[in-house]
Amino acid sequence: AAARGGGAWRRAWHCGAGGAHGPFPHGQRAGTCNERGRAVPAGKSGLAPWVPVVGLEIHAQISSNSKLFSGSKVQFAAPPNSLVSFFDASLPGTLPVLNRRCVEAAVMTGLALNCSINKKSLFDRKHYFYADLPAGYQITQQRVPIAVNGSLSYSLCIDNKMSQMVTKTVRIKQIQLEQDSGKSLHDDTRSQTLVDLNRAGVGLMEVVMEPDMCCGEEAAAAVRELQLILQTLGSSQAVMAEGQLRVDANVSVHHPGEPYGVRTEVKNINSLRFLAKAVDYEIQRHIEELENGGTILNETRAFDSKLGCTVPMRDKEGKQDYRFMPEPNLPPLILYDAKSLPANMNHQQVINIDWINERLPDLPSVKREKLVEQYGILPEHSFTLLNEDGLAEFFENVVKQTQMKPKKVIGWILQDLLSYLKQHSLSVKESPVNSFLLADLLNLLEKKEVSSTAAKQVLAELWKGEGKTPLEIVKEQKLQLLQDQKELEQICQAVIDGQESEVIMMVLG
Amino acid sequence: QNVSVEVLDHLEQLALVDFRDLEGVERLQKAIQFADQLHEVNTDGVEPMDSVLEDRSLYLREDDVTEGNCTKELLENAREKVEEYFVAPPGNIPLSKLEERETFLQGS
Repeated sequence: AAARGGGAWRRAWHCGAGGAHGPFPHGQRAGTCNERGRAVPAGKSGLAPWVPVVGLEIHAQISSNSKLFSGSKVQFAAPPNSLVSFFDASLPGTLPVLNRRCVEAAVMTGLALNCSINKKSLFDRKHYFYADLPAGYQITQQRVPIAVNGSLSYSLCIDNKMSQMVTKTVRIKQIQLEQDSGKSLHDDTRSQTLVDLNRAGVGLMEVVMEPDMCCGEEAAAAVRELQLILQTLGSSQAVMAEGQLRVDANVSVHHPGEPYGVRTEVKNINSLRFLAKAVDYEIQRHIEELENGGTILNETRAFDSKLGCTVPMRDKEGKQDYRFMPEPNLPPLILYDAKSLPANMNHQQVINIDWINERLPDLPSVKREKLVEQYGILPEHSFTLLNEDGLAEFFENVVKQTQMKPKKVIGWILQDLLSYLKQHSLSVKESPVNSFLLADLLNLLEKKEVSSTAAKQVLAELWKGEGKTPLEIVKEQKLQLLQDQKELEQICQAVIDGQESEVIMMVLG
Repeated sequence: QNVSVEVLDHLEQLALVDFRDLEGVERLQKAIQFADQLHEVNTDGVEPMDSVLEDRSLYLREDDVTEGNCTKELLENAREKVEEYFVAPPGNIPLSKLEERETFLQGS
């Protein structure tokens, strides 16, 4: 594989508008796009182009105190097997008891994704053998899930230019409630697996996205937007690094006008970067295999981040037969709305979809619109503001405390502040320069007490975090703009006097 | 209509049952025949019942931590343990293919 940048397959397709690209070195392929904005990469000369098709299954851990069907605590990083109840360990004589908070989280998420909420949904058992699944089955919602038929809009930059953004939509097939499995730690040296059931039974929302995407960049952008939505709702903290958001990608390719090709599944991708790489690698692998006369096996693969490629997964050979059956210990889950609310039922036992809908917070897309409208900033600015945790709040705080127009403030936020934070891998919360200090500085600039260049110098000094105010730094480094006409004339005269020969040269032309 | 060897083999792999001998297989065939009688009932337009609990309301529990913290008790059941982890083989050990297994079905 051509090593470049991260050392893995480079994204070769450009999604969105664009013309033909010239030949790429190292065997990478050029991509052209048709009117619908799908990448249709050109194959070897003479062969028909390929249409990649990408669908996603995303598992989001529900943010709750206790598990989906038991009262054990939900917590990342705890002593092994300390957050496990008898039910989680699948000891005989135990029964599942549904956690209300998990249902509310799923309803919120379904509403935010424009889904129809099924007022009656059912639980099923999905059977397979694995050491971290003590019951030998997972309780899920295969027949009638809690939410169906939604959509998610997300945005992409065309050609890596922030100024050209295009909006895409992916259909949400369904959202279902299900149990997470425990964790397996593979000890290859001693040829054994260590099993920790702390995660077994934690509530998950599985969000199924239809195969409306065509490349790694689209997949990553869609998941990023979902992540922001989940975090805004609070239904999941969606931190991929902690396994709270895991993505399985389904990939296939076909020629335009022909039926979809055999698909492969790449499981358990846990970063947006790896998601884009894995999807693009897999598309490339399919194309090369098929163009060389081979066939694609309908198999499950894993992404090896070190090698930058996908590999077949063990224990997943052959088609799985999950022998789905209704969960015999759980009646149907009934949800209500304002119209169907039962008169005499205990409030605690009733979930009202309309009540939840009325209390949904502003979603990221709405927040962005409000920022653009309220402050006159560009749409792409609003994307960056929301993409960094705490940045939008920082921006608004500065605007409140300064007379400088928001359109000017945004430049300082996105260029000066953000680039510094990125360079030093700091989050907004960790910034040595807080919104008060920056607002102070921008006020000096607005009042023309310093020049723009001097302001940048002051900012550089502020980054040191030595506790000085902008005004103190200005005085220390004598950066004040001189307003006195006479003083300025004296300085100019002194300069001219000191450079007699140059002045004569200039006057002579 | 007999159940094919392929299906029986598939069931042995999926459910880890062992049909053991001809009597076991015959018992399975008889059970299927018995259940087939259900087809004699006309169920056109009838919504399938999938749970006898369908008229019960599903109890919703409050999101409180009430269980867990019983590592010692749970590990008492483990044949092998390593520092409070359960120990399992490195991966699923697949049942070997039909030809290689010592199963009654071999002879069929």
